Amino acid sequence: MQKTLFDKIWEKHVIVTKDDKDLLYIDLHLIHEVTSPQAFEGLRLKNRKLRRPDRTFATMDHNTPTIAAHRAEITDQLSAEQLNSLAANCAEFGVTLFDMDSEYNGIVHMIGPELGLSLPGKTIVCGDSHTATHGALGALAFGIGTSEVEDVFATQCMWQTKPKTMGVKITGKPAENIFAKDIILKLIAENGVSFGTGYAIEYYGDTIENMPVEERLSLCNMSIEGGAKFGIIKPDQKTLDYIEGRLYTPKGEEFEKFKASISDLYTDDESLFDKIITLDVTDLKPQVSYGTNPAMTVDIDQAFPEIKSPEDQTAYQYMGLKPGMKAADIPVEFVFIGSCTNGRITDLRIAAKVMEDKTIADNITCVVVPGSMQVLKQAEQEGLVDIFERAGCEMRMPGCSYCLAMNEDRIAPETHCASTSNRNFEGRQGDRSRTHLMSPYLAAKTAIEGRISLG
Amino acid sequence: MDKLDIVKSRATVIFKDNIDTDILIPKNYLKSTKRTGFADALFAPWRYDETGQPVEDFPLNQEVNKGNQILIAGENFGCGSSREHAAWALQDFGFKVVIAGSYSPIFYMNYLNNLKLPLVLGRAEREALIDANTEITVNLIDKTVRSGDLCFAFEIENVYREKLLKGQDGVEEILQYIDLIEEHEKKYGK
Repeated sequence: MQKTLFDKIWEKHVIVTKDDKDLLYIDLHLIHEVTSPQAFEGLRLKNRKLRRPDRTFATMDHNTPTIAAHRAEITDQLSAEQLNSLAANCAEFGVTLFDMDSEYNGIVHMIGPELGLSLPGKTIVCGDSHTATHGALGALAFGIGTSEVEDVFATQCMWQTKPKTMGVKITGKPAENIFAKDIILKLIAENGVSFGTGYAIEYYGDTIENMPVEERLSLCNMSIEGGAKFGIIKPDQKTLDYIEGRLYTPKGEEFEKFKASISDLYTDDESLFDKIITLDVTDLKPQVSYGTNPAMTVDIDQAFPEIKSPEDQTAYQYMGLKPGMKAADIPVEFVFIGSCTNGRITDLRIAAKVMEDKTIADNITCVVVPGSMQVLKQAEQEGLVDIFERAGCEMRMPGCSYCLAMNEDRIAPETHCASTSNRNFEGRQGDRSRTHLMSPYLAAKTAIEGRISLG
Repeated sequence: MDKLDIVKSRATVIFKDNIDTDILIPKNYLKSTKRTGFADALFAPWRYDETGQPVEDFPLNQEVNKGNQILIAGENFGCGSSREHAAWALQDFGFKVVIAGSYSPIFYMNYLNNLKLPLVLGRAEREALIDANTEITVNLIDKTVRSGDLCFAFEIENVYREKLLKGQDGVEEILQYIDLIEEHEKKYGK
């Protein structure tokens, strides 16, 4: 019988079906300090073991300071307690932890692919909504809540109702200054913040086939911003080249065996999707969000739309903007380059290329936060850190940082931030902060130009 | 945890679409390592002004809404972050049922996993309930919502209905199948 890529992986992991839900076996469980403490406490209260510590990996990312000197002693007592409890819990239950001192520390969605933990054909969960990131490698990856984290801790399984599948077909060769970030923002702008609700999205088409793996990770990362818990891309030669030789990727003969085991991971026919939407990116322009959800996004040269709902009214008021204005009119003061969406080495290369031998505008503060220690190390070796620092940017240590502003990294009230992160919700980057989502290319241009402009 | 079968209460109405989990509970309240104590954080950005004082006309602050166990909202409720703290905050505040047009899939499961009901009703039905402005009875046994002369049937996956009615612990429910789990692990290696 013909099947979709999603169904093939799903069915291999079903332990049992009960009415309309399946008990799914989870191959890889990634955890961090914010959504795991209550789940560990749940195990302790019921005197349960963590079933597969060997399939569970932890990192510190949401709360960690990005200023090097602040990492040694965290002054925020609650953050310190949360980080300490993760360390204690991992020690107690035998879980491998990449703490702040580890050379493999980083944002949870950076380290999975980077370390060869996230592999095609696997089921991967994490208590974080951006877990669909790992789907870019051909895995079935999704964000879960803390109760589900506890279920997976105790049983390595969890109940799920199988979603419908949606094919998102991306075609055309995009312009040189267009990236995966522009594509996902355009998709959400055109189809709304809940077009994917109830669906697992498979991205396909010639644009995807030609897209580097790092860009695919950025694309799948924001599936949840369109309402979809899952985003997945068929593994191909690019995927195999990406995963080969990484720390936890099978080696030698084992790798050959692994390759053979995933050779059937593709959708047999696109007619199998419950729904298909398409996007031609040939003439796509750089995208910029102007409002308080990711669908409130326009082309860089497009006027902000008229107010059509109370939600629009609230958004304009919150952002201090008006219909008819354009991106270049936004008084940007801050540029953030980083996050699980755009904190990869490729993103830093894109930004550094723009900034090489230039300096950022006087009205701009620009902070670059690599997604992981590995990215930081690579950026240092390639001279990217020098480029950023010479341009006047501040280079930081890895973490979620200004994307969710849970640590000390916060945008000041009413300050407009050009950001490579994934959410522009009210208060997301700090109380009354104003976020404008965009690609690392446009963020770097903005830093140089002093306003949102291609120069 | 308590099971849920019938909830009788007036409703608090925040009839907006895309209420995200950053609004339900902002990140500065996520540093707790406990499952409770989030009642004061619920809707904090809209509930308190810049000085931290309650915003008088915000529904959660209105005397008339005190003790309500039902919240009526718009479409795509609970979108954004996976933080279960959003479900815990609603629960701590006293909301046992949310009635919305649709939910973000992660929030939907989080609320159910705390044995609370994310109920789906169309816009017209929700508007009728808001207009009726009187006590609502949500009955999970016969899957109806009644208020005055109004009576609407609603749908929910049978397994989740059963879970709420029985007050089932998630892990216990999975451990019934431990033999099958072990078999799967043997078949697919380590």
